[in-house]
Amino acid sequence: MQEKKLINVIKDNFFPVAGAIAMFISLGVLFVLIIDVFKDGLIRLNFKFLTSYPSRFPEQAGILSAWVGTVWIMVLTALFIFPIGIASGIYLEEYAKPGKLKDFLEINISNLAGVPSIIYGLLGLQIFVYFLKLDRSVLAGALTLSLVVLPIVIVATREALKAVPLSLREGSLALGANKLQTILYQVLPSAFSGILSGVILAMSRAIGETAPLITIGALTYIAFLPTGPFTSEFPFITLAGLKDFFTVLPIQIFNWVSRPQKAFHANAAAGIIVLLVISLFINFLAIYLRIKFEKYMRRK
Amino acid sequence: MISKEKILYKTAEGALFLSALFSVFITVGIIVVLLFETIEFFKEVPLIKFLTDTQWTPLFEDKHFGILPLLNATILTSLIAMIVSISFGLTIAIYMSEYLKPEKRMVLKPIMEILAVVPTVVYGYFALLFVTPVLKNIFPDISTFNALSPGIVMGIMIIPIVATMSDDAMQAVPNWLREGGFALGASKFQVTTGVVVPSALSGIMASFILGVSRAIGETMIVAIAAGQMPNLTLNVLEPMETITAYIVQVSLGDTPTGSIEFRTIFAAGMTLFILTFILNIISYFLKSKYRERYK
Repeated sequence: MQEKKLINVIKDNFFPVAGAIAMFISLGVLFVLIIDVFKDGLIRLNFKFLTSYPSRFPEQAGILSAWVGTVWIMVLTALFIFPIGIASGIYLEEYAKPGKLKDFLEINISNLAGVPSIIYGLLGLQIFVYFLKLDRSVLAGALTLSLVVLPIVIVATREALKAVPLSLREGSLALGANKLQTILYQVLPSAFSGILSGVILAMSRAIGETAPLITIGALTYIAFLPTGPFTSEFPFITLAGLKDFFTVLPIQIFNWVSRPQKAFHANAAAGIIVLLVISLFINFLAIYLRIKFEKYMRRK
Repeated sequence: MISKEKILYKTAEGALFLSALFSVFITVGIIVVLLFETIEFFKEVPLIKFLTDTQWTPLFEDKHFGILPLLNATILTSLIAMIVSISFGLTIAIYMSEYLKPEKRMVLKPIMEILAVVPTVVYGYFALLFVTPVLKNIFPDISTFNALSPGIVMGIMIIPIVATMSDDAMQAVPNWLREGGFALGASKFQVTTGVVVPSALSGIMASFILGVSRAIGETMIVAIAAGQMPNLTLNVLEPMETITAYIVQVSLGDTPTGSIEFRTIFAAGMTLFILTFILNIISYFLKSKYRERYK
């Protein structure tokens, strides 16, 4: 009798205890990872590190071309995924009628979200680099990454649209607005912060992507910057930078990790601190927007 | 008469439809690109050699094109990752869904997901320069590059996928099922393992399969920490090269287009695509199954 009770006590407490331990260990690993990276990299992290090109000498090497390349790629990727991602989301959620076509489109997007990013690299290599002759340019890189993260934006747009209450649509339609007007003036503005949170989430994924860019042949050693977008002559803006070669932060980090010398590992750790801070910041921004969106929707 | 508004309305709908169709073009593009180079590849290498040869040495003088060593490394590292992510992820999911208050759940879930936000190159660094040296204390003969360490780290990265998806599936189980269990005198543990988990099983399986698919396609962690030496072995303490790591290795070099070396990465990519495609589709249908059941 006593034994049976003991077993029940163990059973009743198994999941609370094991679950808490499992959660503690997983988050503990994250904590150890961050401590380890800061311990190795903090000494190398200074202003000169951010403003120097890579070098054969670890003490002189920096991440200037890497972070500038990352900014270029991020801005372009955002520009590409914003219109197409949102438009596909609107079509699937607001226009597509239940049936074979909608099912097919849904299965397709769900599969694309699970295709390994390196496969997108192979696609970008053949289509953008060779077929469209973009070479290993900033533009080819941004287009490739856009394909990788597009499903995230589509799914997030649909979730945000789904959360907009029916009463809002009906009110608009009752006042004589047509479907397009209702979507443009009522549904989209209400869903906007939710959609934006999805786009930002996609950016936090894109900023860490390494494999597809290596596959399209992004170089690991770049000692120049893409041509800046601003010029002193009319029309004061140039797109020449799109065709320049580039590297990004994660590729630079990969390059340093792969070297046997310890001094380069410190550089890698310093680069990781920069990358982690940016990607966690972007991610928190996305979560903050999502929470704000959910609160806003509950008030409606 | 067709009004101006009507034209605008139809144009807008057409543009939206084309955008939605764009994702179909991506899939078609992937299949065409992979198929084209893979067909060229198999004109030079017989399929039977590709599937049965036990050596993969396309970059050497004596060329062998057996995918088995790469496939073996991919499966081994994924297996290790799944042992970690299923045991941790499912326990965490049960704890979050059945034992935690909703407010705490809402806080803990996004925190767990940070694990999936960390860039994979960072995990690679961690596997090579932290986890492997730690493992050396337990297994003194572990190599600098090995399958065990990136497998474990990959598993940690996948925990949030398994945990959040399984949690969603268990949340979808209606409360009257639990209440029915309690009314029959079952304990919390019995209701959880006997009612909730079986009812959510298709969703839980979907999370496992998606996790496997993620592990198979993961690139940077294995490229950094498992090494770049094709090695047909079951010893996870030895270096080995996965399919993804091989594609990275070739991409870093200067391989001319159209050469057989260049085509190997598409044949390897095709293998990867087929594997993940099957898993993704199974996962999709399992997920829609539980969604329909508890609508």
